[in-house]
Amino acid sequence: MGTLASVLEQEGFVTIALSSIREQTVTTAPPRALHCEFPLGRPLGKPNDADFQREVLNAAFDLLHQPSGPVIIDYPIEIIDDADAPLSCTIPPADRGDRNPAAAEALGLLPAWRRTNEKYGRSTVGKVITVEQVPDMLDLFTRVADGEAWEEVGIPGDPTKIAADIKNFYEEASISLSDDPPSARSAESWFVEQTQAGSVIQQARINMKEAGANFYFWYYLLPMTQHHEPIDK
Amino acid sequence: MSDKKVRSMLSKLEGHKFDAVPWNEPKPLKDSRVAIVTTAGLTVDGNADWNAGDQGFKIIPKHADDLTLAHYSPNFDRTGWVIDKNVVFPIDRLNEMAEEGIIGSVADTHVSFMGAQPDHTLETIRLDSGPAAAKALREDNVDVVLLTPI
Repeated sequence: MGTLASVLEQEGFVTIALSSIREQTVTTAPPRALHCEFPLGRPLGKPNDADFQREVLNAAFDLLHQPSGPVIIDYPIEIIDDADAPLSCTIPPADRGDRNPAAAEALGLLPAWRRTNEKYGRSTVGKVITVEQVPDMLDLFTRVADGEAWEEVGIPGDPTKIAADIKNFYEEASISLSDDPPSARSAESWFVEQTQAGSVIQQARINMKEAGANFYFWYYLLPMTQHHEPIDK
Repeated sequence: MSDKKVRSMLSKLEGHKFDAVPWNEPKPLKDSRVAIVTTAGLTVDGNADWNAGDQGFKIIPKHADDLTLAHYSPNFDRTGWVIDKNVVFPIDRLNEMAEEGIIGSVADTHVSFMGAQPDHTLETIRLDSGPAAAKALREDNVDVVLLTPI
């Protein structure tokens, strides 16, 4: 981000960079930066809060009055994510005793996902699979979690991208199942800590790591802050 | 508190710093044409798959309303984006500020790259895709670029 700002300033534009990781902004030294200690992924701070977003933009545009750079101004309001407070979210029972528990769970979430998609019109699912394929993919990750080699169960592409599609499907479904819109990372922690699918992917990740899989494939299977390794290993 | 851990883990990352910080004098904001350049990995064609290491860019038209966040990294919150695109790409806020005369105008052309690039030298962005994006912004007479990070 900082380097890109300098490239564009060099090209003749006046640039203002919102900053999310302060040390990186210091390292790359963009001409004008407003550092915002907001949840990563929410650079304007608060969704559905136009007034808050406007205040952030006002502070950013105030940097145009700075006489010289590089300059970093710290936005005075900090927002802390809620990874430590998983979303409260009840999953409708799919009543599918013929499927493994994770796949049945995902089937139960499909109507909620569709409601979210209809309401907001944005989804981050689709790197490799569609939402309808999520239950079948959980069948495959369950086999990895149960000890089969991940290369041999028929995962149809980059497993990190399919795991991302699964996680994003769950998070987007949770938006329609919780009373309030999820605070930052609360849906992520709910997925990893409280769902069958999260447990399956966590175990598959640990098994892949222990089997010597390429770093990229096991490391990016879940967010790096959600890597909960067994204590005795 | 995960973001605190992520920030700590990423704080020592290398990055490219120019020998001299470039600097242009702004004209009055009320006369300036403003564009957003984000590193959220946004696409307009429905493609949700932006590969790690791809330092290319996408043009985001002002009126595009079918944006997809295709960033490869799992290490940030996406629910905010799903609920309100402005928390990443504050186009509605800029339109309001233009209507109120606070900024001169909102560009027709906006740009998305993708952040968290494994190659910290960003050589392709510095030498190729960055200047190419600049050309597109220049053709739209952009004065001020607001960068939003992911």
